[in-house]
Amino acid sequence: MKSAATALFMREWRIARRIGGGASTGAVFFLILVALMPFAIGPDLNLLARIGPAILWIAALLSTLLGLDRLFQGDEEDGSLDLLAQARLPLEVVVLVKCAAHWTAGVLPLIVVSPLFGLMLALDAQALGLVAASLLVGTPALTMIGAIGAALTVSLRRGGLLMAVLVLPLTIPVLIFGVSAASAASGGAAPLLAPFLALAALSLAALAGAPFAAAAALRLAGE
Amino acid sequence: MRLVGANIAIERGGRRLFSDLSFAAAAGEALIVTGPNGAGKSSLLRAIAGLLRVAAGAVVLEGGDDELRLGEQAHYLGHADALKGALTARENLEFWAAMLGAEKTPADARTGPMPIGAALDRLGLAHVVDFPVNFLSAGQRRRVALARLLVAYRPLWLLDEPTSALDAAAQARLGEIMRAHLAGGGMIVAATHAPLGLDGRELKLGAQELIGS
Repeated sequence: MKSAATALFMREWRIARRIGGGASTGAVFFLILVALMPFAIGPDLNLLARIGPAILWIAALLSTLLGLDRLFQGDEEDGSLDLLAQARLPLEVVVLVKCAAHWTAGVLPLIVVSPLFGLMLALDAQALGLVAASLLVGTPALTMIGAIGAALTVSLRRGGLLMAVLVLPLTIPVLIFGVSAASAASGGAAPLLAPFLALAALSLAALAGAPFAAAAALRLAGE
Repeated sequence: MRLVGANIAIERGGRRLFSDLSFAAAAGEALIVTGPNGAGKSSLLRAIAGLLRVAAGAVVLEGGDDELRLGEQAHYLGHADALKGALTARENLEFWAAMLGAEKTPADARTGPMPIGAALDRLGLAHVVDFPVNFLSAGQRRRVALARLLVAYRPLWLLDEPTSALDAAAQARLGEIMRAHLAGGGMIVAATHAPLGLDGRELKLGAQELIGS
């Protein structure tokens, strides 16, 4: 069972990193969103520094969801999903492994470059670190919640937008605690520790619950 | 080992395709499912594979592994090839061998899993083993998908139109492979319109419908 999970992770990783896989597109999309903000808001450095963490979080939220609509759709189209359902590895573990591969290949690079993009928003060193740390703790929840949406819309040909409509309202708690954790340094309302712990709890709850919801949706889609 | 289906009924989109269908196949036997388009051949195979719920009745593998579902002891070859275009034939097969194979081959099985190179060679594809599947023709992709049946051992093969896109030589090779699987104590349920070069009992679908109308 361990080797099957490893093989699945390696396969997802390879597909994501090869041409047309789109793993780096998320990071480029993230860059473009962040770069657009100063043009829209204007060169007010104090204002940018104050809302910078929020901008980075919204950009991260949108670019995480961008790649997720194809999480199961490719496998559904080429028939792989039927065979994954027949493997001895439970479908819940399949979902978890696919999400882990998506997060490592598509979201982790984005977190790594986020301090660099934060410089464009005039964030100070401490805020840069906090944004990256809060993204690291909070994005697993986004990926797992997004996986439920991706599983629900797997058999719809143009389900990407519907998936965003389904999933975005569910990500509000993650966004609230993520931004308040990230902006604690730059004079945010809440103390540092509480929002971080709430964010970690959201991620853990999503990791524990979402695979079951997504696997149930995938089983129904196969019928 | 024996595959038994009793009084199966299948519904698709609120329409009952067939009901009270019973069949059995012992180890080493093939069941050829025939019938007009829309008779429910593919749905029957998907139901045996556990991908589709039956409206009534049950399919069981007597003498199989009690800890596994029927679908986990069967290979399902559908209309789609389940290959990733960006990966090479070897990478695709390595993945499915790890995913669908058992940790250890059951003791009573006379044929175990085959190495990937040997399986592709058996299907006449040794020269494309390191090509991305995107660059292969439809028939070659079908043959890579068929090699999947060999790289992980499962006693029951559910084949939906296995000969589609195959040329005459490849069809002959497929016939040999299926006969070898039966000789090793395996079972095959195949839905087809074309002759497979396989001796087996025929299971005709859609016959009741004709009597009814």
